[in-house]
Amino acid sequence: MLQVLAALLPGVAAYVWIFGPVILVQLALATATALAAEAAMLKLREKPQAMFLADGSAVVTAWLIALTFPPLSPWWLIVTGTLFAIVVAKHLYGGLGQNPFNPAMVAFAVCIVSFPALMSQWPAVGLKVAFADQVGVVFGLLPRVDAISGATPLDTLKTALKLEDGQFSVAQLLANQDVFGFFAGRGWEWVAGGYLLGGLWLWQRGIVTWHAPLGFIAGLSLLAGGLWLYNPAQFANPLFHLFSGGAMLGAWFIVTDPVSGCTTPRGKLIFGVAAGVLAYVIRVFGGYPDGVAFAVLLMNLCAPLIDLYTQPAIFGMKDKS
Amino acid sequence: MLQLFKFKGGVKPQTNKTQSVAAPIGVAPLPSRLFVPLHQSIGGTPRPLVQTGERVLKGQLIGAADGWISSAVHAPTSGTVRAIAEHVAAHPSGLTTLSVEIEPDGRDEWIARTPIDHGAMAPEAVRERLREAGVVGLGGAVFPTHGKLTASKTVPMEELVINGAECEPYITCDDLLMRERAEEVIRGVGVFRDLLQPKRVLIGIEDNKPEAVAALQAAVARLGEDFAVVAVPTLYPAGGAKQLIRVLTGKEVPSTKRSTDLGVQCFNVATAYTAWRAVAHGEPVVSRIVTLTGNVERPRNWEALLGTPLSEFVALGAPKPDTDGYLMGGPMMGFAMPGMDAPLVKATNCIIASSPTLFPPKAPEMPCIRCGECAKVCPHELQPFELYWFSRAKNFGKTQEYHIFDCIECGCCSFVCPSRIPLVQYFRFAKSEIWAREKEKNAADQAKARFEWKTERDEREKAEKAEKLAKAAAAQAAKKAAEAAAAAAAGADASAAPAADAPVDAEAAKKAAIAAALERARAQREAAAPKNTEQLTPAQQREIAAVDALRRQAGIEPAADPAPAEEPKP
Repeated sequence: MLQVLAALLPGVAAYVWIFGPVILVQLALATATALAAEAAMLKLREKPQAMFLADGSAVVTAWLIALTFPPLSPWWLIVTGTLFAIVVAKHLYGGLGQNPFNPAMVAFAVCIVSFPALMSQWPAVGLKVAFADQVGVVFGLLPRVDAISGATPLDTLKTALKLEDGQFSVAQLLANQDVFGFFAGRGWEWVAGGYLLGGLWLWQRGIVTWHAPLGFIAGLSLLAGGLWLYNPAQFANPLFHLFSGGAMLGAWFIVTDPVSGCTTPRGKLIFGVAAGVLAYVIRVFGGYPDGVAFAVLLMNLCAPLIDLYTQPAIFGMKDKS
Repeated sequence: MLQLFKFKGGVKPQTNKTQSVAAPIGVAPLPSRLFVPLHQSIGGTPRPLVQTGERVLKGQLIGAADGWISSAVHAPTSGTVRAIAEHVAAHPSGLTTLSVEIEPDGRDEWIARTPIDHGAMAPEAVRERLREAGVVGLGGAVFPTHGKLTASKTVPMEELVINGAECEPYITCDDLLMRERAEEVIRGVGVFRDLLQPKRVLIGIEDNKPEAVAALQAAVARLGEDFAVVAVPTLYPAGGAKQLIRVLTGKEVPSTKRSTDLGVQCFNVATAYTAWRAVAHGEPVVSRIVTLTGNVERPRNWEALLGTPLSEFVALGAPKPDTDGYLMGGPMMGFAMPGMDAPLVKATNCIIASSPTLFPPKAPEMPCIRCGECAKVCPHELQPFELYWFSRAKNFGKTQEYHIFDCIECGCCSFVCPSRIPLVQYFRFAKSEIWAREKEKNAADQAKARFEWKTERDEREKAEKAEKLAKAAAAQAAKKAAEAAAAAAAGADASAAPAADAPVDAEAAKKAAIAAALERARAQREAAAPKNTEQLTPAQQREIAAVDALRRQAGIEPAADPAPAEEPKP
């Protein structure tokens, strides 16, 4: 778990660089909430505290929540999400190792359904707001003004394409809008790159296998690529999708969750591909700006079944069909 | 150069083998008492052939094999039988087993030993000799060797694999045996080769034992055999029979098949050695080489008599003061000996003195997070974490679906589990539960079958009795009739009448019996007739009467109850 946290650091560093250090406040807030909730639940369930608190799983959940929520979310949103993740999605299902859904993604889904407006307001990149003011916004000391927040690049593109039905091509939008960078969301490219770096490190260390991440990336890219080739004016290229929103975080840190994901090699691959495809479908055709959380949750439901049907042949049984 | 194959999974624990290879094999002194369990192999339990107080000689049969898969047990030295009683066994359960207690007389006097010329004997006789000599698999599985020395009738015997891999950490008994007694090992392999007639003989040794490889190669050359002595990569559990077969031949033996069905058979080097001793010297298996290592001052290999109590054996190594227990076998698959009285047996390849520093207590078990590390190292490519979930949930059907009986209990999964879950213990538990249930089910099935036989027999006996009674009654009636007839015809023509009347009367008796049966049946019918018409209101009774009247009118039913059939008089 500690290695997973370490692998998140490049992404976090890019995040801090792009959006300012307020994310560190959110990370701390989520971590503190998660540990407190974990401790309280362990006490209620009469489990040893130190051992479970030290396993790092609650912190990983907290970080994933902080990194998927808008950095200027009010403090209570992060706290609510984290509490829901730890108390309901984790401990009410039986604690570590028993949860059928990824707790962080449950938190994201619950909050985006409950507080859609707050969950889709992201700070404009490059907006110079003092750290103190950002913290003030988080803790409700300063008013939330629309000037400092807006939609994510994914959302912007989707809304523009839908609203102005066919008036703008993707290329035009990408060229003219401020939120877009070289090939994806401005600044987001770097954050996603950071996650990719961390993920590759995890793979190199043998913490995760290549199956689920590669499957996810392949599923997302193949569908995105096919549609992009079919109509480049209406559909963004795969690179845009891979480096926008939660795709890279999802590929390396969420579909690789061993507890709620698949465990057989083939199962992991299927899980990844299906999650990638679903994420794209929800993003582009569905009602939510980003689809990774829902895609992962839907696939969590299928994981046991996929595992059941992808049992590898055992020693001495391979030539049998 | 022979092409080697790989098996999936495996781990590389610290080998810890160097400690015990410095000194040559020592001969353990006679202990003050020997406790020889009668059951030391897989299969049947030999019955004791000696009595308390009897003097036995070294190598004397004290328990003969019962059944084909069973192996004989012998007195390890000369002395007096002090008791034949239950004694703690070398088993983690701490249960006792019937053992022969022998007090050595110090003379170590052999029985008359008769070598055989196995080349001149029928294979059957050679196998019988090995069975009588108590030769079993000394790698630890203690399967009676003679039972594995028959080639499949349909599959040609391709390879004979000899297992000198010795992959468990700490254990060096096979290593030392191969170094010091290579020639006898090779000669033993020759006996197996002659019986099985394989196309190739492959001797596999982990490459961390170059001296053993060299010794066996030299012996093979010296004896002019064409056996291939192969160094295999050091990777636990390369010494598992199925893993070694895989590495040397590329064949994978599933749990549902015997290796001979794939044209391959595997024996441990120590088994080959004892087979040679039995054939060429007429010596039954009364001792074995045991590694004594771990937390002791003098780690070493000892040739120790079977039945030596643990306390006297470990004294040879001078255990350090902080020793807190003794493991039998290696740290991966071994178990804690249940007591200092527990004896060394044919399966005892190693005794490791443990201490808190050597084997620190495991940190508490954490929940399984399905990380899959166990599946990565499982040499049988199972999904240990799935087996764990199902074992824990006592969902034993599912554990079998996930092939729990393919688990060789090598312990790789427990070794790598980051949550420190003793996975193998869960699997052993599940297996034993399944066996216990199977046994229970068999017992229940047998009881059911017995019950059904009993019911059937009771009914048959009843029927037979009734028939007998009817016959007796008929005979009685006939006799009476005959007497009456005789009385009636007292003065008259008494010559032919009885003879003519008797059959008539017998028929009448039969008729009477039938009539009586009919009557009984009618009474029963009446008794069983519904009685719910008794407490009806007058209105209801009128209604019924009206319906009955209508029925009678329609001719559906006869006017009244049929009159009871007239009983014919006997």
